[in-house]
Amino acid sequence: MKAADPRLRRVIGKAVASWGEQTARTRARFLDFAWGRAALRARKADALARLPGLLEEFERQAAARGTRVHWAQDAAEARAIVLEVARRSGARTAVKSKSMVTEEIGLNAFLEEHGIRPVETDLGEFIVQLRGEPPSHIVTPAMHLTREDIGRTFHERLGVPEGGSPEELTAAARAALRTGFRASDLGITGANFLVAETGMIAITENEGNARLVTALPRVHVALAGIEKVIATLDELALFLPMLAVSGTGQQLTAYNTLIGGPRAADEADGPEECHVVLLDNGRTRLLADADARETLHCIRCGACLNACPVFRAVGGHAYGTTYQGPIGSVITPHLRASEGFGHLPSASTLCGACNEVCPVGIDLQRQLLRGRRSRARAGGLERLLLRLWAFAAGSERRWRAALALARWLPLRPRASRRDLPQVAPESFRTWWRKRERP
Amino acid sequence: MRIGLFVPCFVDALCPRAGIATVRLLERLGHEVRFAAGAVCCGQPAFNAGHWDLARPVAETCIAALDAVEADAIVCPSGSCAAFLRSHLAELLPDDPRAAAVAAKTFELGELLARRLALTDVGARFPARVVWHDACHALRALGLHDEPRRLLAAVRGLELVEAPGGAECCGFGGVFAVTHADVSTAIGEERAAALERTGADVIASSDPTCLMQLAGLLARRGWRGRALHLAEILAET
Repeated sequence: MKAADPRLRRVIGKAVASWGEQTARTRARFLDFAWGRAALRARKADALARLPGLLEEFERQAAARGTRVHWAQDAAEARAIVLEVARRSGARTAVKSKSMVTEEIGLNAFLEEHGIRPVETDLGEFIVQLRGEPPSHIVTPAMHLTREDIGRTFHERLGVPEGGSPEELTAAARAALRTGFRASDLGITGANFLVAETGMIAITENEGNARLVTALPRVHVALAGIEKVIATLDELALFLPMLAVSGTGQQLTAYNTLIGGPRAADEADGPEECHVVLLDNGRTRLLADADARETLHCIRCGACLNACPVFRAVGGHAYGTTYQGPIGSVITPHLRASEGFGHLPSASTLCGACNEVCPVGIDLQRQLLRGRRSRARAGGLERLLLRLWAFAAGSERRWRAALALARWLPLRPRASRRDLPQVAPESFRTWWRKRERP
Repeated sequence: MRIGLFVPCFVDALCPRAGIATVRLLERLGHEVRFAAGAVCCGQPAFNAGHWDLARPVAETCIAALDAVEADAIVCPSGSCAAFLRSHLAELLPDDPRAAAVAAKTFELGELLARRLALTDVGARFPARVVWHDACHALRALGLHDEPRRLLAAVRGLELVEAPGGAECCGFGGVFAVTHADVSTAIGEERAAALERTGADVIASSDPTCLMQLAGLLARRGWRGRALHLAEILAET
């Protein structure tokens, strides 16, 4: 992994600084944020401990409201389910609200291959889709772009005059999105929470686009990881503000929607058909591993990305994953076990800033250390060097010999942008010995 | 008090002055310092990289020596190593009864002074403008934020300043500094620049590794200040 160029680092730094100020302000309004974190951690732990039962309850309750629940073992099954729903709806265009699970399963490319045009309606997602890029952040997809970058993209792709104001750019996006909405018979969303007791899905957003996506098209399909289920509706009273504070520094996001199934006979709007796809895709592997299970607590707020000095230095795209930053580095090696993401946990200074901001109390530092253990078995140069170090540090006599050798060898490590420390002419222990026996 | 001294491997080899200043300070305060010469390294480099099997014998040698020194408390002039002994030793050596005892009486220097010895003014004089860099493990694993600041604020002639934006990592990260040299440098440049902008003559911290990283970066920027361990300031009279 390489550092991003200074320009990109500045862009990310600015976005994160503004997040930091907002979050600090709204966090301070909690009587006891730490209590909230402990409470959410307990709720998630409890929900995961009885996950199969809660999912079945969700399915029962959702079915009672007329929602069809589908179970997908992996990405391919989930894609096939969505395609089947899309084909039966006859949709040629699908409008989408922001969903990282659809990124995880590569849904957009798949739909395009099958003649269905996906239109991202979250502004950030819309921008990265225009550019043919994946999101660079799980909450702020276009974090890596400046207003000028976006202006250029809109100029090239939408014919907006160059140097447009934010208002002009937003108006252009709005016009393009309205066309998409009018043409679409299928709305695709994620879900922030699945409420087992009521069979509802909760979506939290700021642009109102998810409301349109779930209200306008004839068919709505929501995709969610199985870990998104919570037991009761009450719990949202804590989950929603904790998510908003950590994600964007808002007390609550502008729109919080509970979706309870297709339009009822006495209702004026809403889709005719509602589907929920419950995705495993490696999550039961995490669930089965008692030590790694807490990573399923994640509510995808993105705070650990923002807090991470490595994320800010490399940018989201450098990870090559759907989920970036510390949480991505600990879950991706499990979710995509065969694809060689085992190096990611090593890309951390272990500074612990992620632990400090996580609203559900995931011990990310510990998870990063665990991830390194699985990787360490492979060996390689790192292990060889550490083996030499362990031999030298294994006794004082060997350590003294190693220091003497290091001074004698013409080893003067160099780096292009920083001076590296050199072995001191006299070690502490030599100083001490001389002092004791002058 | 009989205070055992653990000088970890990189302090011994690369930054011995932090250990020397620790000895001078504690002796000036009237304590008996007992250097645990047999304790070479806590094992953290291999542990953090995931090679627990390599870390174990190193940690065993370390706690055997720290245990044998027979002290009321053990001090370590590195927050990271002290935090490692406190947080991870029991996990690395679950069957070693000495692990918990050693971990419980090991302190980072500022922590020992402020918490164990309940000191604020150690009688130091150091006329300079000093910015404190929070080392991540001292700050987050040991919870040391106000303690070093109070100790420095009591030093005669010392003006303590804060870097804007609060605590940020220096980018060192142990093995990370080698395996991800480019990212480590990029993170460090950001932090070094923020510290430099405070106009301080001295960057002080509880961790020699952070100081070496920051000093190494600032040297390339032509910075004329000094990066000093907390002990080096508190030892001055």
